[in-house]
Amino acid sequence: MSALPILPVLIPLGTACLGMLGHRSLRAQQTVSVAGAVALVVVAVALLARTATGEILTLDAGGWSAPFGITFVADAFGAIMALLAAVTGLAVVVYSVASVDLPRKRFLYYPLTHVLLAGVCGAFLTGDIFNLYVCFEILLLSSFVLLSLGSERGQLEGAIKYVTLNLISSAIFLSASGLLYGTLGTLNMAHLSVRAAEAVAEGRGHVVTIVAMLFMVSFGIKAAVFPLFFWLPASYHTPPFAVSALFAGLLTKVGVYAIVRVFTLIFVHDTGYTHTILLWVAALTMVSGVLGAAAQTEFRRVLSFHIISQIGYMILGVALLTPLAVAGTVFYIVHHIVVKANLFLVAGVAHRIRGTSDLVRPGRVGVYASAPLVALLFMVPAMSLAGVPPLSGFWAKLILIRAALDERAYVYVAVALLVGIMTLFSMTKIWAEAFWKSPAPEEGGTAGETAPRTPAGMLAPIAVLAAITVGIGLAAQPVFEFSALAAGQLLNPEVYVGAVLGEAFATPVEGVDP
Amino acid sequence: MNSTILQTATRYLLPLLLIFSIVVMLQGHNKPGGGFIGGLIGAAGFALHGMAFGPRATRTALRADLVVVMALGLAFALVAGSLALASGQPFLSGLWVSVPFPGFGEVKVGTPLVFDIGVYFVVIGVVMTIVLSLLEENA
Repeated sequence: MSALPILPVLIPLGTACLGMLGHRSLRAQQTVSVAGAVALVVVAVALLARTATGEILTLDAGGWSAPFGITFVADAFGAIMALLAAVTGLAVVVYSVASVDLPRKRFLYYPLTHVLLAGVCGAFLTGDIFNLYVCFEILLLSSFVLLSLGSERGQLEGAIKYVTLNLISSAIFLSASGLLYGTLGTLNMAHLSVRAAEAVAEGRGHVVTIVAMLFMVSFGIKAAVFPLFFWLPASYHTPPFAVSALFAGLLTKVGVYAIVRVFTLIFVHDTGYTHTILLWVAALTMVSGVLGAAAQTEFRRVLSFHIISQIGYMILGVALLTPLAVAGTVFYIVHHIVVKANLFLVAGVAHRIRGTSDLVRPGRVGVYASAPLVALLFMVPAMSLAGVPPLSGFWAKLILIRAALDERAYVYVAVALLVGIMTLFSMTKIWAEAFWKSPAPEEGGTAGETAPRTPAGMLAPIAVLAAITVGIGLAAQPVFEFSALAAGQLLNPEVYVGAVLGEAFATPVEGVDP
Repeated sequence: MNSTILQTATRYLLPLLLIFSIVVMLQGHNKPGGGFIGGLIGAAGFALHGMAFGPRATRTALRADLVVVMALGLAFALVAGSLALASGQPFLSGLWVSVPFPGFGEVKVGTPLVFDIGVYFVVIGVVMTIVLSLLEENA
């Protein structure tokens, strides 16, 4: 039994611990924090290399064998998510060194970031539904503090909405877990998969479906799907840019991950009901997100609404539930986390140069005029988000649309294409207002004023993430093959069940059509 | 609050609560108790002290930096879990040794105890950070 599946949780926790021990010395905190983030990336790469062969790694904590103890499971999907969390974490930590203000850094900013990463990685790698709840709480608690750290007026206003809605979501999640345990008598996700099939075979399928809907609402709030997304654009533009990049990249995707996991592993027996609802939700999320973005004039608020519309694409893949569609969802998440975190990081640099994040008011200087490299680095993720070939977003959208065409879901194809065009419109708006335009002298722009130089520590993570985006675009085939492998595992729960519980459980129940 | 009755009572109650918290923590492996509940009882003692003498006096009495207390607790818990990894067993597996203890005979000591001590410190650190911040806000 390898320790690998739990290391992505232990390393950030250990890093947070060391950071707290040395919290009087900022230099020590920063060194430990960057080193811990690098170690996390290394471990995540090792984990991915192991799972890329199709192997599913499991670890029974404390030696209590599944389904009685808590199991950690790393399949292809979990491993790629952990790697994305690690890469985003490293980029954000490096960016923070040069950009986050001193009072925040003194107040345990770095340890909190690592605790958040531990929660996120734990959510991706746990094989136990209650442990998933615990991981959600870990990441939520640290995100509450990171969001309100600094106590600025706008921050607290955003944090109240964020905390309230997320607590409601957690309460629903907890009750749903309780109901699930009461109905099926287990909390191990692989065992739940088996027991749910048995319950449906015994004619108790309606109870399972009711619990499934509770999970959908709870994870839907966390993933910010229609109509439960209001907390996101109300809060994501308020904390420092590094924090909102971390949130934008990872937090809603934990919700998406949970939806994908439970609606491919456990709740797959009433797809005519549950997955049809997911399909509507996907379309409405795409449309409402992109329309919301069109009405916004603040850099990060535009980006926040685009998170929502992009979540719709990911949900679309799960809702269609074909191998190609689920592979599309995995590919989309891979593409999206990198791009979205990067856009928020670029927004921070643009804010620094222009002196404002407002897209209507002219800034101090035009970004393109004073820092063409930054403008170029914005173009890469922005165009990828809109789906311009050959960047990663193009392939992600292509796979999903192809999958929808195969299912003859033409309405959803139309919606996805239309939303893509409107995303391009939004990105062009940001480009024109924030990057291209130089302020005219009478608008308050002083010709002699020069923009502050952007520190290399802020540019390097952006450049690396942009390079990853281009890399995924140019080497789409291996990424797609990996996504297809992950999708294959997700759509054949008996593989997962067999890896966790042993072969005896993996045989399908009599009379159930898998 | 400046109450002679509370202050006098606290002088006797704080040591009692601390001893009780350690007993509860130690018996936790076999009987009701454990690091979490022990930590809460200990923190209740310090919170009482804070109410009777004021948060500043409590910070002085605690001596330790609460962030470090939390970090040490977390470190204890992580080390207790990871020792099993080093010996090739799954994370959090209990490792036990028998230690001769005068008056008790052989006492079995294991990593779950270390884990409980870690939880104890984390709980005291977290609860006292919250309580003292609230008391300081009122002062």
